[in-house]
Amino acid sequence: MNQLNLDHATASAVFNKNEPRVDWHDETLWFVRAKRDRAAALIPEWEDLREAASQIKNHVLSNMHDLLVQFEENARKNGIHVHWAANADEHNDIVLGIIQKTGANRMVKSKSMLTEECHMNNFLTSHGIEVIDSDLGERIVQMRKEPPSHIVLPAIHLTRADVGETFHEHLGTEKGATDPQYLTEAARQHLRDTFLTRKVALTGVNFAIAETGGFVVCTNEGNADMGAHLADVHIAAMGFEKIIPRAEHLGVFLRLLARSATGQPITAFSSHFHKPRPGQEMHLIIVDNGRSRQLGRTEFRNSLKCIRCAACMNTCPVYRRSGGHSYHSAVAGPIGSILAPNLDMKLNADLPFASTLCGSCSNVCPVKIDIHDQLYKWRQVLMREGYGTTGKGAAMKAMATVLESPRLYRMAGKIGRGVLRFSPAVAENRFNPWFNQREMPAPPSESFRDWYVKNKKS
Amino acid sequence: MKVGLFIPCYIDQFYPHVAIATLKLLESVGCEVDYPLQQTCCGQPMANSGFENLAGGCNENFVRNFSGYDYIVSPSGSCTLHIKDHLHATNESEATTIRSRMYELTEFLTDVVNVSSLNATFPYRVGLHQSCHGQRGLGLAQMTERMLPPFSKPVQLLNLVDGLELVQLDRRDECCGFGGTFCVTEEAVSAKMGKDRVADHLRHGVNYITGVDVSCLMHMEGILKRSNSNVQIKHIAEILTATV
Repeated sequence: MNQLNLDHATASAVFNKNEPRVDWHDETLWFVRAKRDRAAALIPEWEDLREAASQIKNHVLSNMHDLLVQFEENARKNGIHVHWAANADEHNDIVLGIIQKTGANRMVKSKSMLTEECHMNNFLTSHGIEVIDSDLGERIVQMRKEPPSHIVLPAIHLTRADVGETFHEHLGTEKGATDPQYLTEAARQHLRDTFLTRKVALTGVNFAIAETGGFVVCTNEGNADMGAHLADVHIAAMGFEKIIPRAEHLGVFLRLLARSATGQPITAFSSHFHKPRPGQEMHLIIVDNGRSRQLGRTEFRNSLKCIRCAACMNTCPVYRRSGGHSYHSAVAGPIGSILAPNLDMKLNADLPFASTLCGSCSNVCPVKIDIHDQLYKWRQVLMREGYGTTGKGAAMKAMATVLESPRLYRMAGKIGRGVLRFSPAVAENRFNPWFNQREMPAPPSESFRDWYVKNKKS
Repeated sequence: MKVGLFIPCYIDQFYPHVAIATLKLLESVGCEVDYPLQQTCCGQPMANSGFENLAGGCNENFVRNFSGYDYIVSPSGSCTLHIKDHLHATNESEATTIRSRMYELTEFLTDVVNVSSLNATFPYRVGLHQSCHGQRGLGLAQMTERMLPPFSKPVQLLNLVDGLELVQLDRRDECCGFGGTFCVTEEAVSAKMGKDRVADHLRHGVNYITGVDVSCLMHMEGILKRSNSNVQIKHIAEILTATV
């Protein structure tokens, strides 16, 4: 079933129909969270490192214009072609233009959530350009015509058996094979051929350094490097918030990124690109796509501090039990839920409600984004702007009328308890979502206030 | 010291014995406790649903009821946090004073009353549910996300109870999935979270699950009862006042 057209609650209900799979998904991601805890605990200055990262990013948000201009100037000096894209369409057009100019009709791409956000693959395919994702997880979901369900682990919703089945269909591996070594080898051979034959490679950007005009791409598979080093044309695409002021700041972010993401001390490949090698063309596309608007929202701007480690997803008890696709957005989980409403309030009005506001996300976040507070604030904005249902608005008004009046509150409490005591079927039925998997609390004959007035007030 | 007792609406209506235990506990440590009779709700149900603008009436009523106390104490981390973070009123200076005098029960006992002994006995295996708003919001205990020295105000108090055996859980501070209206609007995930949380306690052979928030306990109670478990929930105030 395609979860992407459903709201979060409905899609999660579908996901939860297979409880053993939910348990497996939850435990797999909890394992990553636990690995993150162990890695972070080994750094005595962990909390100071988070504070430093947070302050550098705050500085970036307050000096965005100057840093971007400085970066562009230095990148151009290095021989990089710099492009600016106001939105997803402009980004996609720029990529298409670069590819068409080379005469190529296919491209290899390492992981880039930005291109997912821009729906670039579909766009290029519709213009006759074949795109092959070279990140193993992304390649798997691409074969299945699914979007990634997690920004660091794109195929985390799939079991080994699922992957075996997909590879059997697309790569001709043996039917029923689940051995990771065997399956990975098949993918490796397939991708090796891709790397050797593509003239254009696209990569994402983890950090762009204003001071040097260079950028850093982090991968665990070396696939960004394989693509970029073998291609005649390297295109790198970045959301403008990826900028950091100085190269020395990498010492803060690279230490936090991999530990927060997977519990590794550092990503296997942290590749620094500064200029095209002789004979190569290097393009860098700096994308806005709603980021300026978010930067202008006082309450939500610091969501742009995000370094895409996904620690908030791994820790989120809701994400672990609803799966990435239930968020119907390129970036899922808590961070996705505060970014997506900026892109489209109507389409994403459900996401800030897909949370218990437990606060784990904000405290695991390596750059200290107040994610759960922003979820609360988005709820206010979305309801104020009229993206709630009429029924919900009316129910809330009725609830407020009762709860703000001591007399009505006491009366409703008394009647409610009476009804529950003598006609429990009023609440204990299939129309009450609480009762579906939980018993109702036993209603007492008197409230605390009743008791207090009787026993304490003289 | 004059203490105003705030009993959240659902405790008043469904768990009066928790409120009675809270009152007894506060009196037993020497507080002069008053329960303002016109109190209702902190307004959180509307606010967390995105209708903060409809919580104004509750806010005004709260300020009317709780002005003039040295401390306002409540047996709920979640409602306490909501007042501390979001109480605003026409008389904003009064609202500000109230916000600064608002305490959850266990932090009031450890930080203000400095309780060092209790006359309580509870000879059972107990699992502590660390409610998120109390733990992460009010800082009642160190959370596992942060790499900082551990502490826990509820545990500090439970350690004063004779015979009580506190069990270690596999996931020390995972959310139970109650989440206010989340428990019905996201029923599937909410119930699954609750089942998983309860299972952790059951794996460790608890007799009772306790915590500082009745809302989380009510959620887990609903799941325990549905599976016909004989494990029961007890608010921490009930345990801290328990005698054999």
